[in-house]
Amino acid sequence: MVPVTGPGNRLDPWINAYASRARGMTASEIRALFAVASRPEVVSLAGGMPYVSALNLDALADTVSDLVRNQGAYALQYGSGQGDITLRDQIGEVMAEVGINAHPDDIVVTTGSQMALDLVTRVFCDPGDAVFVEAPSYVGALGVFRAYECTVIHVPMDDQGLQPGALDEAITAARLRGLRPKMIYTIPSFHNPAGITQGPARRHEILSVAQRNGLLLLEDDPYGLLGFDDVGFGDKPPRAIRADDADGVVYLGSFSKTIASGLRVGWAVAPHGVREKLVLAAEAAVLCPSNYAQMTISSYLSTQPWRQQIKVFTETYRERRDALLNALDQHMPVGTTWTTPAGGFYSWLTLPEGLDATAMLPRAIAALVAYVPGTGFYVDGSGRQHMRLSYCYPEPDRITEGVRRLAGVIEDELQLSHTFGTSHTLTRPEGPATPAPDLQ
Amino acid sequence: MHIVVLSGGLSPERDVSLRSGRRVAEALRASAPDWEISERDIDANLLDHLASIAPECVIPLVHGSAGEDGAILDVLRCLQVAYVGSAPDSCRLAFDKTVAKALVRRAGLETPESISLPHSTFRELGAGGIITALVTKLGLPLMIKPTRGGSALGASVVHRAEDIPAALVGAFAYCDVALIERFIIGTEVAVGIIDTGTGPRALPAVEIQPDSGFYDYAARYTAGTTEFFVPARLDEATTEAAAQVAVAAHTALGLRDWSRADMIIDTHGVPWFLEVNVAPGMTETSLVPQALSAANIDMGDIMRELVNAAIARQ
Repeated sequence: MVPVTGPGNRLDPWINAYASRARGMTASEIRALFAVASRPEVVSLAGGMPYVSALNLDALADTVSDLVRNQGAYALQYGSGQGDITLRDQIGEVMAEVGINAHPDDIVVTTGSQMALDLVTRVFCDPGDAVFVEAPSYVGALGVFRAYECTVIHVPMDDQGLQPGALDEAITAARLRGLRPKMIYTIPSFHNPAGITQGPARRHEILSVAQRNGLLLLEDDPYGLLGFDDVGFGDKPPRAIRADDADGVVYLGSFSKTIASGLRVGWAVAPHGVREKLVLAAEAAVLCPSNYAQMTISSYLSTQPWRQQIKVFTETYRERRDALLNALDQHMPVGTTWTTPAGGFYSWLTLPEGLDATAMLPRAIAALVAYVPGTGFYVDGSGRQHMRLSYCYPEPDRITEGVRRLAGVIEDELQLSHTFGTSHTLTRPEGPATPAPDLQ
Repeated sequence: MHIVVLSGGLSPERDVSLRSGRRVAEALRASAPDWEISERDIDANLLDHLASIAPECVIPLVHGSAGEDGAILDVLRCLQVAYVGSAPDSCRLAFDKTVAKALVRRAGLETPESISLPHSTFRELGAGGIITALVTKLGLPLMIKPTRGGSALGASVVHRAEDIPAALVGAFAYCDVALIERFIIGTEVAVGIIDTGTGPRALPAVEIQPDSGFYDYAARYTAGTTEFFVPARLDEATTEAAAQVAVAAHTALGLRDWSRADMIIDTHGVPWFLEVNVAPGMTETSLVPQALSAANIDMGDIMRELVNAAIARQ
């Protein structure tokens, strides 16, 4: 060997300049596999993409056309950091459906509720602060909490969602560890990824835990209006936790699932002091949300039968949920279980003992079916025996075919497991550092 | 002149392939501004598309099966379309690591001792006994990987016998046959081969030092996580030996136009052939582009020469 004086080439001159929070941002096998999942040959039960084709696109086109023609000079200009006042008024009307009575001044419009999640975390959390989340939890939220270097603590769920007793214990334990508990993040309705909904009593219990411990409750509710079955609220959508506490809860809402995800319009409802800081943080981040997107939503809400459209979406998703559940009943091997969602987009599947959904993904992609492995919904590598199945986008017959393929893959994996008595574990943990669209 | 760069496909290396294709297409556009260069994925409309535009040449950069196992090349041959790269039969030999190792061994090259077994053999004979026999025969550590596939997907280095079952399951996730290979401790090196009609010539060797110790998928495609030395920090004799191994493997497998041989240089300076790639990665972090750059060869210029050679061959 000949010694060389200089260093080698790392192909990235900034490698030593990145912040420590960028350390986990690496290429991964899982993301490589998702590149195939977007192909039409693959039945993707992975992505949580709303079925926007169910919209009246002709009417929407007219709305957009009128908007640009008649109000283009305003729509294409910068706007207010807090968001358009007309839209904020209308958001109040939408939130009344889940029992929230909020003044437009308490609402901050954001670029999707993902941005609201980012702003709240930015305003509340210092590095190391403890954030309590469901086990499992939304991958996009975990990515935000990780980006702000929070200590994420998963709390178990049961068939009513986040367990209040376990939450209380986790908060106490965190304090004993010297951590500073800061907020509780929950998706109470039609949970992503678990497909579980908190009933009225459970919501009160969780709110009580938050109040007793002096923690902010961050309520993420993108699916609240997309219910199929009664989960304890009669024929109304589940009542938001924020409806019962305007001071201790920040509520996140979104038009991504009820109108169009591509417009990227969401919002936060926050107590006055918090709202002030969210607006300042939003202005620092993006100056203002898109006027054009806000006004498109606003025009849609004022000219189109949006409640009727939500019913169309709900019926579409109910039919697909039923197709998924029927196919799972018909095809899945013994030992496989899954949740029965009463609304929303997802069911959470548990594999037979010993199987690993992450290890199985290449085989599934080769069989032309995709899902999201459970590990993406935990910060600590848990969830290997689970996967999220999304039924919102494929047509019912494609869902049936996808489940049939998936069942075959699980059968093959059971054979491998019997042969070797183990599953493969990827050498690198597949965390949620950089959420992909397929993981939303 | 219309050139089609084929990339994408349905393999787990789809994303890598798309990036390779984009980079090659851009380089070729810069080098041959009077040529029309288009990029195309593999799908059910591909044949109609090729028939409608009648390209003078295709550059297949589809990684993984279908791309590197010769299947698409056979279709191009049926269509009588010129393409850059090896003949389909040679690709089949090269893409299967077991077959490639056997052929280069016959040609007199060193390659680590290995055994290839399908899942069915473990199931029928019992995994425990076979694993014991493998460790007795090959020792530890072991490299376990799918016999077909690239980008180190499903590949693991195993230091303890109890970790072998998990590594085998990982390999079987990508392919029904696993290659279990004695792990050679040494310096990992890749040598690109270019042949524009005057015979295969080796590019400067690229030495690979991943921070994690294993050149896995993340180390390959995350800029900054691997340190490369081009040319490799080898003495003159070892450099020459590595180049000879790459050329000999290229020749023994009947390859043409271009390839990339991966090898380990052991502590005595002996190059051990590991595998060869008939559609080398051409992404921002890939090895052949680094070797071309070290040799002061413009990627677009060399692709133009390879295209001209392919057309002349047709």
